[in-house]
Amino acid sequence: MFAVIQFPGSNDDRDMQLALKSACGVDARLVWHKEPELPAGTRAVLLPGGFSYGDYLRCGAMARFSPVMAAVRRFADAGGPVLGTCNGFQVLCEAGLLPGALLRNRDLDFVCAWQHVRVEQAAPPFTSRARPGQVLRIPIKHGEGRYVVAPDELARLEAAGQIVLRYCDAEGAVTEAANPNGSVGNVAGVRNAAGNVMGLMPHPEHAVEALTGGTDGLVILGSLVDAVGGGGGRR
Amino acid sequence: MSRPPVEPVVDLALAREHGLTDEEWERILAILGRKPTFPELGIFSVMWSEHCSYKSSRVHLRKLPTEGEHVLVGPGEGAGAVAIGDGLAVIFKIESHNHPSFIEPTQGAATGVGGILRDVFSMGARPIASLDSIRFGPLEDPKHRMLLRGVVHGIGGYGNSVGVATVGGETTFHECYRGNILVNAFNLGLVEADGIFRGQASGVGNPVIYVGSKTGRDGIHGASLLASAEFDEESEAKRPTVQVGDPFTEKCLIEACLEAMRSGDVVGIQDMGAAGLTCSSFEMASRAGTGIEMDLDRVPQRAAGMTPYELLLSESQERMLLVSRPEAVQRILDIFARWDLDAVVVGHVTGDGRMRVRWHGETVVDIPVDPVAENAPCYERPMRRPADLDERQKLDLASIEPEDDPQGALETLLDDPNLACKAWIWRQYDSMVQGNTVLGPGGDAALVRVRREDGTATGKALAMSVDCNPRWCWLDPYAGTIAAVAESARNVACTGARPLALTNCLNFGSPERPEVMWEFAEAVRGLGDAARALGTPVVSGNVSFYNETSGRAIFPTPTVAMVGLLGDVRRHAVSHWTEPGLAVVLLGETREELGGSVWLALRRGLEAGTPPAVDLAHERRLHALLADAVEAGLARTAHDVSEGGLAVALAEACLTGPARVGVRVTLADPLRLDALLFGESTGRVLVASADPDALLARAAAAGVPARRIGETGGDRLVIAPPGGRPWIDTKLDHIAAIWERALPRRLEETA
Repeated sequence: MFAVIQFPGSNDDRDMQLALKSACGVDARLVWHKEPELPAGTRAVLLPGGFSYGDYLRCGAMARFSPVMAAVRRFADAGGPVLGTCNGFQVLCEAGLLPGALLRNRDLDFVCAWQHVRVEQAAPPFTSRARPGQVLRIPIKHGEGRYVVAPDELARLEAAGQIVLRYCDAEGAVTEAANPNGSVGNVAGVRNAAGNVMGLMPHPEHAVEALTGGTDGLVILGSLVDAVGGGGGRR
Repeated sequence: MSRPPVEPVVDLALAREHGLTDEEWERILAILGRKPTFPELGIFSVMWSEHCSYKSSRVHLRKLPTEGEHVLVGPGEGAGAVAIGDGLAVIFKIESHNHPSFIEPTQGAATGVGGILRDVFSMGARPIASLDSIRFGPLEDPKHRMLLRGVVHGIGGYGNSVGVATVGGETTFHECYRGNILVNAFNLGLVEADGIFRGQASGVGNPVIYVGSKTGRDGIHGASLLASAEFDEESEAKRPTVQVGDPFTEKCLIEACLEAMRSGDVVGIQDMGAAGLTCSSFEMASRAGTGIEMDLDRVPQRAAGMTPYELLLSESQERMLLVSRPEAVQRILDIFARWDLDAVVVGHVTGDGRMRVRWHGETVVDIPVDPVAENAPCYERPMRRPADLDERQKLDLASIEPEDDPQGALETLLDDPNLACKAWIWRQYDSMVQGNTVLGPGGDAALVRVRREDGTATGKALAMSVDCNPRWCWLDPYAGTIAAVAESARNVACTGARPLALTNCLNFGSPERPEVMWEFAEAVRGLGDAARALGTPVVSGNVSFYNETSGRAIFPTPTVAMVGLLGDVRRHAVSHWTEPGLAVVLLGETREELGGSVWLALRRGLEAGTPPAVDLAHERRLHALLADAVEAGLARTAHDVSEGGLAVALAEACLTGPARVGVRVTLADPLRLDALLFGESTGRVLVASADPDALLARAAAAGVPARRIGETGGDRLVIAPPGGRPWIDTKLDHIAAIWERALPRRLEETA
C-alpha cells in the first residue's frame, strides 16, 4: 500500500493517489495528517504538492509538525522510501529529511509549465526505470522552488550522487536559460545520503497520460513501484 | 454587562448616506410600520443595492432564454446547472469583482475567485476549472502595469492554493478601462445530477449553522457603497471595504462542505458573499418561504466589540451558512472540526416568514423576509440611444488609405498587447491541478476531461471559453453582444465540442444614465437572440453597473462564457498546426469588413464603423460541422479567425503549439487587401486536415462555405496571391519574438 499524506491545503494529493492507482495499478490511500501512525502494510510514503497550512509561513514549515510526520520519519529511518513532490519536497527539507531549502523563484512569480529535467542518477528506488542522462518532460508549478545549499554542500551532494534531477533543455543541456526558478546547479530533485528519501519540484503525477500531456512521470512513479512492489497490482 | 453601541440616529438623511432613495425610505417605513433600527437600515441598504437586488436590470434579464432540455437549475441560485449525461451535471457561473480589484488589485481579484468558487461548491459541485476575463487601461500607464501584476497575482495566488485549475481566459487593454478595470471570474464544477444542493432554509425548527472563517470588520458595504456607485477622486478611501482572501481556509471549506453534503445531513447551504450573513440568510429563508431566528452572540468573531450592524454587514470571506436537521448537528460539527474550521449553530428556521436577530438578549432586527429579498425595488430606468452613436458607426472605407505594408501591419498587430501571447499571465496560473486538463490556456477554448469524484473517467470532456469584443459592443451593443456569443460558441466548437449553455457578466456604466441603460438593454436583447438561435440557454449571470469614473463609462462589456460538451475526449482538435503536410481549409467567408477592427484602430487610428455581420444560422451550421468533422477525424486543427483577421489567425496557429509549424497560403478573394488579411468577418475557422476532400464534401453537405487555401509545413508564414509575389513572407522565429515579447517587454518598463 502506498500512503499519500494529506495535509490541510494539500491539493495534488488526490492526483497522486489517482496516478498511482490508475496509471501504476497499485493500492494508494490518503492518510490524514493527524494520524499518529502510518497504516499497516505501508510500502512507500508520498508527500504531495499543494499549500499545506496555506504556506503562509515558510512553505512546509507548519506541515513538518503534523502528527503523521513523526511516523514518516520513523518509516524513513527504517529505510522505507519517501517521495516528496513540490510542497512535499519543501516539507522534507523543513523536516531535515533532505538537505537544502526552497526559496522564492528567481523571477518572484509562480510558474506553471512543462519542463525538461535530466536524470543524473538512475537507480532504485526512484529512477531505476531511467537511463543515466535521460531527459524527462514533467510539469512544474510552484512559486517557491529555487533550491539552495551552500556551495561546499552542493559539491558534497554531487560527489555523493545525491543530485538526482537537474533542469535542462529539450536536448539535455543544463543551462541557465533552462533553469525556471534559479535553483543552484539547476537542481530539480535531490535524495538523502541513504538514498531512500527524495524530493523534487516537478510533478510526476501530472505526467502519467498522453491525453493530458505526457507519460514521463511514470518513469519515477514506476521506479518506485518496481522497488517496493505494487501489492498485487500490475507492473 | 452589555453596553449598547453608540448608534447614529436613523432618519432619511442616514438612509441617503446608505445609498437609499427617498422613495425606498418610504417603502421601508411602509414595510415595517415603523422606523428601522440601525442594523435594519444597513440590511435594507445592502439588500436593495444594485449589486444585490438587480433593481435596474431585472426587467431586461427576464427576457433571456433560461430553459432547455438539459438545464437543471437556471438563474436565481448560486450558479446554473446543466446535465451532461452519465448522471452528471456541470454547475457554472461568471461573476465580476471590478470595483474592489481597481482599489486593491491582488485582494480584489483573489476574493473574486474565492466568491465564484463558493457559488459553485455550495451547490454540491467540486470546482474543476476556472477562467478569467480581465481588462485594463493601456500598459504605458504604470498604474495599469501595477494593476495587471496585482490582479494576476491575486487570481493565481488564490486559484493555485485552492487546487482548482485556471485553464483559460482573455485579457484586453483599452483606454476605456483606465478609470475602471474589469475582473470577471468564471468557475465550473462537477456534481452528480441528483446531488445538487440549493440555498434554502426549509424545515421549521431546523438548525442554522455558521461555518468557516470568523467574522471581522472587513468588507462592510462592499456591495452597496463600492460596487453600486461610480468612482470619483475619493474612491481610494473605500479601500477598507475590500475584503481579504484566505485560500487555505477556502480549500478546507471546499473539502469539508462537500463531505458534509455527501453525508446527507445538509438541507440547504449558501455562500455568505455580498452582504454576508444578511444576504445569505434572507435569500435562504425567502426561497423556502420560511423565517430565521438568529443569535449574533454565537457568531464566531475576529475582533472584539463588533456591533450587530457590523456583524450583519461584514463581507469577511470564506464563510457559509447551512441548514441541517436537529439530530444531525453533531455529525456536521464533527466534519468541520476535523478540518479545524469553526462551525456553530447560530439560529433556527421559523415558520413565520420573519428574520429575527438577537444580540445581547435584545431583538435588534425584526423584518418580514419576502418584502426585502423578493419584493425589492425594480426600476424601469429611462433609456436613450446615445446621440453620438451614428457618428461612431460612420465609416467610409473608400476614404481609408489602403494598407501598403502588409508585413509591417502584421508585425504591428502581433505586437499589440491585445493580440500578443499571454503566456506571461497564464504561466502564473496552475492550469494542471486535478489532472484533467487536456487543452490549457493559449488556445481557442480550454478542454477538461470529465472524471467522477472516485477518478473513473467518462470518456467525455468539457470545453469552455470566455469572450467579448468591447469595441464592437461600443459601436453596436446589440450586434456586438451577438458576436460575443457567437465567438464563444465557435471557440468551444473548435475543440470538437457542441456548445451547451452559457453564463454572462454584463459590465456597464451607471444605469442612471439613459444612454448606458439603452446600451444595456440592447446587449441583453442581443444576448437573448443569439442564445436562442444557437440553442444555448443562459443558465446564470451577473450584472456589474457603475463601471465609470467622473462621468466616463467603460465600453459596454457583456462578457460571455460558453460551455460545450465533447462526447469522446480522445477525438478533439487543437488550435495550432500539429505537423507539416496537412491541407489548410478555411470555413466561412471573408467579406470587406473593417469596421471596429484592430487593423483600423492600430494602422489608421480609427475606432469606427459597424461590427462585422453575424449570421447565426451559419454559425450553428458551422459549429455542427466542426463537431462532426473532429469526430470523424477530419480536423486535427481548428482555429477561430477573430481579432486581427486571417493573417493573425494563421500566425497564431503557427506559433501556439509545442513546436512551431509553418504554413503557406494562397488567397484569391477579390477584396481590398487589408480587409482580406486583417478584416474580422465572423463565422470563419481555419482547419488543418489530412483528408481535405472529405472535409470539403461534408462542408458542402452542411451548407458551410469552405475552400482549400494552403498547406502546413516549413518554418515560414507565407500568404500570397495566386502566382504572385507574397504579401507576407516571414520566418516564424521573427514573428514569434515580436508576439511573445510584446507583453513582457512592456511590463519590464520601470518608468
